[in-house]
Amino acid sequence: MIKKGTWVEVERTVLEPEERSPHIPEDTKKTPLIMWIKGFCLEDCEIGEWVKVETIIGRVEEGKVVNVEPNYTHSFGNYIGETSYIGKQAKAILRGEE
Amino acid sequence: MNKYEKMMGRKSEIMIKSVGVDYDQYEYGKIAFDYEKLMRDTGYTLDDVMKIQQETGVGNTPLLELRNMTELARKVSKTGKAARIMVKDEQCNPSGSYKDRRASVSVFEAKKKGYKGVVSATSGNYGAAVASQANMRGLDCIIVQECFDSRKVGQPEIVEKARKCECFGAEVLQLTVGPELFYTFLKVLDDTSFYNASLYSNYGVAGVETLGYEIAEECREKFGKDPEVVICTHAGGGNLTGTARGLKKAGALQTKVVGASANLSGLHMASDTQFNRKSFTTGHTGFGIPFMTNPDRSDVPRSAARPLRYMDRYVTISQGQIFYMTELLAQIEGLERGPAGNTSLAAAFVIAQEMENDEIIVVQETEYTGAGKHVGPQLSFAKENGIKVMKGNPSEEIPGENIILPEHPEKFTLQEMDLNGYRRSLIKNVVKGLEDKTIGKEDLEYLCEETRLDQVKVLEMLSEFDICVK
Repeated sequence: MIKKGTWVEVERTVLEPEERSPHIPEDTKKTPLIMWIKGFCLEDCEIGEWVKVETIIGRVEEGKVVNVEPNYTHSFGNYIGETSYIGKQAKAILRGEE
Repeated sequence: MNKYEKMMGRKSEIMIKSVGVDYDQYEYGKIAFDYEKLMRDTGYTLDDVMKIQQETGVGNTPLLELRNMTELARKVSKTGKAARIMVKDEQCNPSGSYKDRRASVSVFEAKKKGYKGVVSATSGNYGAAVASQANMRGLDCIIVQECFDSRKVGQPEIVEKARKCECFGAEVLQLTVGPELFYTFLKVLDDTSFYNASLYSNYGVAGVETLGYEIAEECREKFGKDPEVVICTHAGGGNLTGTARGLKKAGALQTKVVGASANLSGLHMASDTQFNRKSFTTGHTGFGIPFMTNPDRSDVPRSAARPLRYMDRYVTISQGQIFYMTELLAQIEGLERGPAGNTSLAAAFVIAQEMENDEIIVVQETEYTGAGKHVGPQLSFAKENGIKVMKGNPSEEIPGENIILPEHPEKFTLQEMDLNGYRRSLIKNVVKGLEDKTIGKEDLEYLCEETRLDQVKVLEMLSEFDICVK
């Protein structure tokens, strides 16, 4: 169980596919417009349940709980061998070695 | 009428309330509006803007000379010559980009007008800038961000930008791809009665004028002259417009203003499946061209960003060359920056080679980098999305299919874009709704100002669309 007051992420459909703007590409038109927002849940809940949350600035929003104490997982990526020549080559040119 | 159409129908009403400006007062003739009056009506002089920015530590960033970059350009230049390359190190602003300049005046104005908070629709550094400025002025902040595709997969760079906003305590509403972000934006403005800190308001653009002004002043102080060229990464047009206006206010009338965008031709910006096939989230042609030819497509009724009024030249450059340049900047200049400013830096590397050794080209921004924004995560993400990353001839790059890193710095190349073609498109967009196919003399003059073309040329373009002047 997720305790009331826990920092969670909720998901809500803003526009169903048929409600979307007529001026968008076909692939996008097939999908709903979805919104994610984070806040402190206002009651005990479970993943997948609909809950109201209080956002960091104190507004109340609602949606389906998809994440508990969400974190950031973006990083500096993998080793990119393709760029490894750039510095070496440029330094060699500047030193007159090429 | 569904809820989307209903909300869009209330657009003007919500806008007036949230910007505190009645844009109708600037309209005249059939299509014209008084742009200079809009800019004057901020009520702030350049000095006032500087004071506002000094209060929150914005501006007065160092102008750095890239000596090794210049030397490398001379080594690979066909003539053996290249201009001195300078960069304005805008990452030194509080939230890490020039966008603090743009946010500073808007947030100051919001506070002055008594709003409790500010809202901005942006996927970029601007969100962080608004959030940071809002904290300094004691206002709440909401950022509405286009962030993910329908699988909830997001560009590492956009995810980082959301993190930065949240680290400043902003509420971030993250959405899937699509222009209906504007629906959510309007709804939030309506629900909260917060201020619309639009990137495209007169306050936003007035905030950038200090950047152009500082560049002219610093070049005069250090080199005894104005720079021959200032190059701006071009997306929505506010960066270039504000910088060019600042240069003019400093009296640097001979300085050429060049716009540069990452070439993303062929990729649709509102496509769910193509959203994550681009490796740049801003400073690209997907914004650069539509905002140039139809500036009023933004989130205010009349945009203060009007790049065709100021741009002397427009070039595009491939993604691979920008990644190469980002790596090169770190490796030979010891500056870990980017990606945004490196678009114009990559173009500057080529343009410098067309110039003389004693001439100066200024790249007018850098931005902070880090997890998500770096070359590493961007190229890792590209590969995960099936984009081939390889060494080769950059002119063979196909956006969304491959990223080609130039095999040698002498292979750098840019694409020259036809400004007259964009001017023609702008005129076409402006006159397309006219039922009686006529405009007045004042409208003609307005189009001349919008395009920097003479009357003969504008009349010629108007006749192509069967429009006559009465």
